[in-house]
Amino acid sequence: MILLTGNDLASGDVIWWTGSGWSRHVGEAADAGSEADAILARESAALKVNAGYSVEAEATASGPLPLHIKERIRASGPTVRADLAINTAIPIVRA
Amino acid sequence: MAEFLSFRTGEAAQEPAVTVEAFTGQTNATAVRIEPGEDARALLPHIDRLSLVEVNFPAFGDGRGYSAARILREAGYEGELRAVGDVLVDQLTAMRRCGFDAFKPNHPLDDAVVKTSLERYDDVYQKTIDGRPPVWAKRHPEKVNG
Amino acid sequence: MYRYDQYDQEIVDARVEEFRDQARRRLAGEMTEDQFKPLRLMNGLYLQLHAYMLRVAVPYGTMSGKQMRMLGHIARKYDKGYGHFTTRQNIQYNWIKLEDAADILAELATVEMHAIQTSGNCIRNISSDQYAGAAADEIADPRPWAELLRQWSTFHPEFTYLPRKFKIAVIASAEDRAAMRLHDIGIELVKRDGKVGAKFFVGGGMGRTPMIAPEIKDFVPEEELISYAEACLRVYNRYGRRDNKYKARIKILVHEIGADEYRRQVEEEFAHMKTLGIDPPVAELARIRTYFADPAYETGLSDAVDRSDPDFALWLDQNVVTHKQPGYAIVNISLKPVGGIPGDASADQIELIADLTERYSLDEVRVTHAQNIVLPYVKKADLYALWQQLDEAGLGESNLNLITDMIACPGLDYCSLANARAIPVAQKIADRFADPARQRDLGELKLKISGCINACGHHHAGHIGILGVDRKGVENYQLLLGGSGAEDASIGTITGPGFGEDGVVDAIEKVTNLYVAERQEGERFLDTYRRLGMKPFKEAIYG
Repeated sequence: MILLTGNDLASGDVIWWTGSGWSRHVGEAADAGSEADAILARESAALKVNAGYSVEAEATASGPLPLHIKERIRASGPTVRADLAINTAIPIVRA
Repeated sequence: MAEFLSFRTGEAAQEPAVTVEAFTGQTNATAVRIEPGEDARALLPHIDRLSLVEVNFPAFGDGRGYSAARILREAGYEGELRAVGDVLVDQLTAMRRCGFDAFKPNHPLDDAVVKTSLERYDDVYQKTIDGRPPVWAKRHPEKVNG
Repeated sequence: MYRYDQYDQEIVDARVEEFRDQARRRLAGEMTEDQFKPLRLMNGLYLQLHAYMLRVAVPYGTMSGKQMRMLGHIARKYDKGYGHFTTRQNIQYNWIKLEDAADILAELATVEMHAIQTSGNCIRNISSDQYAGAAADEIADPRPWAELLRQWSTFHPEFTYLPRKFKIAVIASAEDRAAMRLHDIGIELVKRDGKVGAKFFVGGGMGRTPMIAPEIKDFVPEEELISYAEACLRVYNRYGRRDNKYKARIKILVHEIGADEYRRQVEEEFAHMKTLGIDPPVAELARIRTYFADPAYETGLSDAVDRSDPDFALWLDQNVVTHKQPGYAIVNISLKPVGGIPGDASADQIELIADLTERYSLDEVRVTHAQNIVLPYVKKADLYALWQQLDEAGLGESNLNLITDMIACPGLDYCSLANARAIPVAQKIADRFADPARQRDLGELKLKISGCINACGHHHAGHIGILGVDRKGVENYQLLLGGSGAEDASIGTITGPGFGEDGVVDAIEKVTNLYVAERQEGERFLDTYRRLGMKPFKEAIYG
């Protein structure tokens, strides 16, 4: 599956495309599929997302999970500061 | 909105600018266009017959044109020095300080934003060919000649 | 230290308003991200893995207590209560909002600070020796020259869109405490016929192709410093490669055309520059120098220090350095507590350091390129009281230059450029070598970790270096040995195939065990490595 991620323009928060809007939680992310580029272009122009890009992901029992470690850290938070993480349940290293 | 901006008095030069290669081959061209990778010093033997030098900025992040401009002004070129291409309002101050006195950007510039931008800084740290006294000259007026 | 006059202040204030307007235009959609990005970078604002990151400039690593206190305030008010000190003597905040950025810059401007040119393809923060002004071995304080160059480089209209970033370091001693030879321009102040001048090294750097800067000019007098620097930059701006981001630094240009040809082109441009009257009068450097005069030292002070507290004595021996002035000492504050995050400091710690700066260090504090803090003017009589307060705040680790005094970049935990995490590896190594007696036995061992090839962790210059790479989506760590960022500059050599996170810690232990087994009297790890070469270490690691 293809997820879309980017940052909120004003706050810089990492956000994920849910299919109808943007969420801070990757668990709510939707598969953008072949619409990815069109969605990013439209949402960027509407200032709903900044520096957006596509991310390959897999569906898991606990929700969509990016394939690459960088985006899993992006979804989770700095691994060395659990107190600042968004979601420490996200596995960083793929099983 | 301004599609062409000039800080010169009188009319803008109208003659189409030829390439550096063509210019150095011809004796009657008075306008030339420099690309980023070309050497502005190749024009120095001919600056007396030049009324327009266009410096192309295909991408605003390519800063070679700033050196080209300063080199021409340092050599005494007094004709129109025009920045063309990917020129944004945020580059205007630096370009003016390097000697550009005309601008033909790819996209028109907002006049109000241009004015605010150019009037932003009362003082500058470096001496270049724009005639503005650098801060160190203001700090030591008695020590500076000319 | 330098204080702004009306001109410096006006320029910084105008910059704040300029950025405020640029941010407003971006937030209103009047600018695209591609148009805004170079502008925000030139104000130190990155878009990183989790948020915007702001890098605040600490010119040549020097601050007052008031400025340090403002850094703590920013961490508290606008970030998540901490900051990270960097390998260019700056500070970074990881959780900044674009909508707050202009306000942050405005607050910084009230204490003569800014984030100007801490990123972007322009001249960056000019770094220097963290012991400047206090060290016995300097021929002059290098910082007035750094300040002169800082002003010259600020908003330089010709050099705002260079092929790539440009880093300058200025030192004034034979011992290189600022990794000067690994900068785009490294300047060493030297004396000739009683006059102080600048020796220029050009074309150093780390990253994908590490290089030690060759000497390009042996002496530039102060009245020609700006002309010469300008000539160096103009040649680079005109001829540095712009076709490939990884070949765009000046080190590639100097390497490709050769140092002799680069020197020749600079001399030509220099001859031309000298006719333009762009050098400030010597009165300007003299004016700046007055801000760096020796502080009002007390005299007749005792050099005796009561060592009866054993923990204090260990800290004294490891972290405290001889001062040029009798009765005083240079104090190194470690930001590398075992198990902590190298270079990070909480707002509380930052504010404590600000207080200690004012109370114990004649109101001056430094940031080192090894991500530590220095209090440069401490009376020996105050050392014990100072240490007690540092120790209580978790700032009393006695590990200066020991293996746990690591440089580590933020890595994949924070940085969108990274290929691997650096901090967890640093923590595991620190845990493995935590025993203070073992650390002291290993002695001086500069370990440097980078999470990617950009080498912000200076891994090429580590006695032991680690480079994190991405091997098919899995973090992998290459080990390097034998680098040095000091005056005996050298680039580290890769040992062989890389390791996982635990594997690299084991490999390092094998390396240090071999050192202990083979060292001769007085040899540091680096010396033993240089004497033996890679072969025995490779055998020890890979069997």
